[in-house]
Amino acid sequence: MAVGLLKKALPRLGLAVPAWPGVRCMTSRLYGTAAAQTQIHQPDNSVGSDKILTEPLKHPDFFRLSELFSLKDLFDARVHLGHKIGCRHRLMEQYLFGCRLEQDILDLDQTMEHLQQALNFTAHVAYRRGIILFVSRNRQFTHLIESMARDCGEYAHCRYWQGGLLTNANVQYGKGVRLPDLIVFLSTLNNVFQQHVAVRDAAKMNIPTVGIVDSNCNPSLLTYPVPGNDDSGPAVELYCKLFRMTINRAKDKRKQMEILYGLKSQND
Amino acid sequence: MSKMAASSGRVLLKSFVQGCCGCYSVILPSIARNVILQKPAVTVLARLVCTSSTLQRKNIAAAGPEKYTQEFIKKQIEEFNIGKRHLANMMGEDPETFTQEGIDRAIAYLFPSGLFEKRARPVMKHPDEIFPKQRAVQWGEDGRPFHFLFYTGKQSYYSLMHDTFGKFLDIYKYQYGMRAEGLFSQDTKQVNLIGSRWMIKEELEEILVQPISDHDCLRFIQLLERILALPYCSIEEEYIQRFRRALEVQSKKQKIEPLQYDENEVAFSIGEGRRKTATATATVRDNGSGNITVNGVDYLLYFPVLQDREQLMFPFQFLDRLGKHDMECKVTGGGRSAQAGAIRLATARALLSFITENEVESMRQAGLLTPDPRVKERQKPGQEGARRKFTWNKR
Repeated sequence: MAVGLLKKALPRLGLAVPAWPGVRCMTSRLYGTAAAQTQIHQPDNSVGSDKILTEPLKHPDFFRLSELFSLKDLFDARVHLGHKIGCRHRLMEQYLFGCRLEQDILDLDQTMEHLQQALNFTAHVAYRRGIILFVSRNRQFTHLIESMARDCGEYAHCRYWQGGLLTNANVQYGKGVRLPDLIVFLSTLNNVFQQHVAVRDAAKMNIPTVGIVDSNCNPSLLTYPVPGNDDSGPAVELYCKLFRMTINRAKDKRKQMEILYGLKSQND
Repeated sequence: MSKMAASSGRVLLKSFVQGCCGCYSVILPSIARNVILQKPAVTVLARLVCTSSTLQRKNIAAAGPEKYTQEFIKKQIEEFNIGKRHLANMMGEDPETFTQEGIDRAIAYLFPSGLFEKRARPVMKHPDEIFPKQRAVQWGEDGRPFHFLFYTGKQSYYSLMHDTFGKFLDIYKYQYGMRAEGLFSQDTKQVNLIGSRWMIKEELEEILVQPISDHDCLRFIQLLERILALPYCSIEEEYIQRFRRALEVQSKKQKIEPLQYDENEVAFSIGEGRRKTATATATVRDNGSGNITVNGVDYLLYFPVLQDREQLMFPFQFLDRLGKHDMECKVTGGGRSAQAGAIRLATARALLSFITENEVESMRQAGLLTPDPRVKERQKPGQEGARRKFTWNKR
């Protein structure tokens, strides 16, 4: 199941061989080469590197992320609280548990499943050394999210989104820039309560997205929507903690696997 | 047969496109027949083809300013150093101690140029000064950018904002801790802001090595002001002082000549002044009785009008030294009023040597030391005078 999802969402990352010490090749999403195949060099120990990539795909929860959070944690962090019914988005009705005193309550069972899938996907991307970009336009949590991104070794963009950052990347950054392989939205709305431009741009550039959708957000363009509260402090802190732990786990696991299979192939 | 073909035919021509005229060589490979070789022999024939950018439909300007690679710059630096030694040998000087001024003199001697525009003349400088600084590549071999805020576009500015806000949060937490322990007090050491100003946009751009907008600069200053509003801001005082620049003290700019003494041990001082094509040189002597001589003539005769004489006396009157100094001056050019103004400025400058710093500052604020910049405005074509237009006729 994980293999199918991964191959559907990231065909190129699934097929190409990643950077292995001693082999230089770009397996990244380069701007303007959406359909082009990148060079594939035959590595010295192909068996080991294949194992490293295919092994995690055989298990549904290779990184054991279900032990990171429980329903009670989500409830205590007030993840289930949505906005008032006047702000409700039509497409979010499927994720609602109900409404109490005109405030929408999100279904935490569905949230658990979606969060599990989203974290699993993030872990796999981080395992394969993808670039993860955290986006949020909620000014309350800018500092928190940027610090979290820096601690993980990933990237953050919680500031004003200039027009062509993804779609006009060659001009904005320079030639040969590598675009993010995953964009994580900790809040899909911008300061004017409209959908963030990055959601649409990521869909245009075939970049998979994970997003926390509140009851006033549009979940349609996101690859892995996670219904949940995006305005409360404890909720966003919980998400930051979860993403940070996932990414660190994935990277540590990668190092372990490299050592393990590196030793194995040397022994063979 | 095959070996002959291989050696004679192997010619490689690099293809390149230069500026507006593009010339490239067309390489036509022809594989020799009936050849059994480990590597295939390719004979190349080249034909020079010249085109222009319009034919190739290339917008050269849209590519942006030319980018120079690190190797190119290094090569240029090597060539510059070798050329410097050659130049020193040519001029007969020691190559080891050949400075930039020597290079400039040598170039001016070897390539004399009569061009008015200094920037069009031949120049030989270190490549770092000629080629504009390029931003180093922001990402590593695997494509991952170095800075965690790279994808924002303005990484150094936002990183600065992030750090500054981090300081704000630290102070806030400290304040919270003090409140919790009950040691909170409003009267704490405040940051000294007197005599300094906030940095301007240009200075900030210099620090960040990245262009920013006025709005960004304003936001940053607002954040710093917010930090200063907290009671315990003195914790991060040195961080804040990094973004303040000292204001220049205006009075220190005045050049005060030292007092000179003539044969009779009398102190005197000389000052020069200009006003509207009149130049004056004034000598103010101490231990005098208020005699003023202009061009060898008494001031009463030279300036019959009271207004001009008042202008002469104003510096002395301002310093309450009316009858204490003698003044002798020479003045040329201008008219009656201009000469009076020139002498006034010259006298004020001469008197600077006799008085204290506070009096200098008060004189500066009174306007005695400021040269009057007003000169006669030129007449423009199509008008009768500087401002007066010709009489307007309806028909």
